[in-house]
Amino acid sequence: MSGSFHFSDPKRGKALADAIRILAPPDPFKIVHVCGTHEMTITRNGLRRFLPETVELLEGPGCPVCVTPARDIDTAIAIARAGAILCTFGDMMRVPGSERSLDEARSEGCDVRTVLSADDALAIARQTDRDVVFFAVGFETTAPMTAVILLDDPPPNLSVLASHKQIPPALVALLDLPDNRIGAYLAPGHVSTIIGTRPYEEWLRERPIPLVVGGFEPLDVLYAIALILRQHRDGAAKTENGYPRAVDENGSPAAKKLLEAVFEPIDAAWRGIGTIPQSGLGLRAPFRRYDATHRFSIDLPDSQDTIPGCRCPDVLTARAVPSDCPLFATTCTPLSPIGPCMVGAEGACSIWFRYGGERPL
Amino acid sequence: MSPSTKGTRITQLHGAGGELMGEMLDRLILPRLAPNGNDAARIGLRALDDGAAIALPEGTPGELVLTTDSHVVKPIFFPGGDIGRLAAAGTINDLAVMGARPIALTLAAIVEEGFPFADLERIVDSFAAALAEADVHAVCGDTKVMPVGDVDGIALNTTGLGIAPRAISDAALRPGDRVLLTGTIGDHGMALLAAREEFKLKTRLESDVAPIWALLAPLLEGDLRPALHAMKDPTRGGLAAALNEMARKSGTCVEMVESAIPIRDEVRGLSELLGISPLEVANEGKAIIVVAADAAEAALQILRAHPLGADAAIVGTITEEHPKRVILETEIGGRRFLDMPLGDPVPRIC
Repeated sequence: MSGSFHFSDPKRGKALADAIRILAPPDPFKIVHVCGTHEMTITRNGLRRFLPETVELLEGPGCPVCVTPARDIDTAIAIARAGAILCTFGDMMRVPGSERSLDEARSEGCDVRTVLSADDALAIARQTDRDVVFFAVGFETTAPMTAVILLDDPPPNLSVLASHKQIPPALVALLDLPDNRIGAYLAPGHVSTIIGTRPYEEWLRERPIPLVVGGFEPLDVLYAIALILRQHRDGAAKTENGYPRAVDENGSPAAKKLLEAVFEPIDAAWRGIGTIPQSGLGLRAPFRRYDATHRFSIDLPDSQDTIPGCRCPDVLTARAVPSDCPLFATTCTPLSPIGPCMVGAEGACSIWFRYGGERPL
Repeated sequence: MSPSTKGTRITQLHGAGGELMGEMLDRLILPRLAPNGNDAARIGLRALDDGAAIALPEGTPGELVLTTDSHVVKPIFFPGGDIGRLAAAGTINDLAVMGARPIALTLAAIVEEGFPFADLERIVDSFAAALAEADVHAVCGDTKVMPVGDVDGIALNTTGLGIAPRAISDAALRPGDRVLLTGTIGDHGMALLAAREEFKLKTRLESDVAPIWALLAPLLEGDLRPALHAMKDPTRGGLAAALNEMARKSGTCVEMVESAIPIRDEVRGLSELLGISPLEVANEGKAIIVVAADAAEAALQILRAHPLGADAAIVGTITEEHPKRVILETEIGGRRFLDMPLGDPVPRIC
């Protein structure tokens, strides 16, 4: 019922499916993407049906709330218990910390509020004298928004618990994990809109691997897969842009300038993976007075990232698909989630549950 | 406020037509009200159909069909209708998809103290107009007034009585059958969502709320009736919930073709914007009809001859591939399971 070109066009889909079939590798080949929106497109449209038998396509650490370590959640809860108003995105509320989630902390009386943007947290801070802490999660796509509020002369009662992360260092770290024969990456279109394609080249210089930036419509994803398989056939291992209508080499200069002004790369812990060098975004010296971890003296016991029986760590590292987990869709569902991948709307388990992704048909 | 299946209290999802409501009925209601099956009705409580089918006294042909429904929609007046039209259509349609001609309806109202007479008048007018469209009358009723805050404006309950040569269940799907939809999917749920203030959306989308007896009568009272194997109206939980129920009850596999499912552009757009599938939200003027393959085209033409059936389409086939499951062939040509939603993503839609 819509116009002349649409991104689910079955004719173009079939042409790409033919290309993918022709390019099918003879040996097992694993493609990993790192984006909940990609997983949504793939699962909701049943795109795994188009893959040759030798090709696997898995979501890795693509859900920002899922990779947020329990320690950061424990810290947020401790800050809320100290009497601050803690603001965060709705998806973060039910992610398990070591002992409880922010949602549970709220039901115990903490003032935890969900916001749709960093701006909302700033607005709350301007209307109160109480301490307001923005628990900032997300990749390069959401970090610029956190930078904006810190550059916008925030009131002294606002601070930030920054848990932002960068994708390219994680792509390198994943390659070093045991039992993780990653053949290629499908890189996220929206992160690439911000950072451009160059950081992938820089980070992967020592570890060459086919990487294609892909968009989010069904045809975009199939096109990116075809480009990946073509690289594999040709023995290439380069960064390639499969989403040129939105992404270029340099990304968004304005957004990068914001990131550069406020943040510097730091080592950061990823749930399910561990500490990845230079993968986090810490506040630069002029902004440290807004760092919630400096403002509140928090003394926490050791945190606990893993949950007995839950295979989220394997799902987050692309070593398992959700239905490999015995808890998936049995005791772990979006209504009573056990692991973070069933909580976050971008988590692989949540997407597989909602869109019937248990096995390719 | 996280809803959970393990909790000790009822959440909104327990009334949302999805997986959780089914669990509650199985665990709490059925063992108490229908401990030994349903001797009183051929299609009874345990069938969890749109209504019950009760045999007439020995020697009298035909069956009585009985159904009941409560309505708590928010807002009370919405684009394309109001709670009065919804109450009439909901009950008439439950009878119609059981293959029964509606004979009589009841109307019970629970009204909040302070509710404007003018609004009640509008609601009753609209209820009466919808009854007239199906040529049926209200024959008894009840009114209760509650103190402020004890009910949100107004809640309506309607019971409907119909008569059928033999009621059509939602369970008798057979491999080879075709699946028909009488029109576009997702209009009611999406129109209500768009009308809620919190989204600040402007759209021309209207609810599809309508009694569909007049649309279905030529099929139900014509030569094709024996070919109509199963029917259901996809209300709460939408098409996804209704199809899953039908697949589970019949032990068959429902294979749907996404590109054949009629969906308005406005519904598609809102669905993208809000991240809510049009297949999981309520319809209030549509039916799923499972019909023998050789009668599908003729049934489609009969539906399309009525204004309410202009967008009717053949959208799927019954197979044995994955028993009790629904498969969706996606627009681009992929395939996936279309599962029972946990609940309707939009509360208080009917």
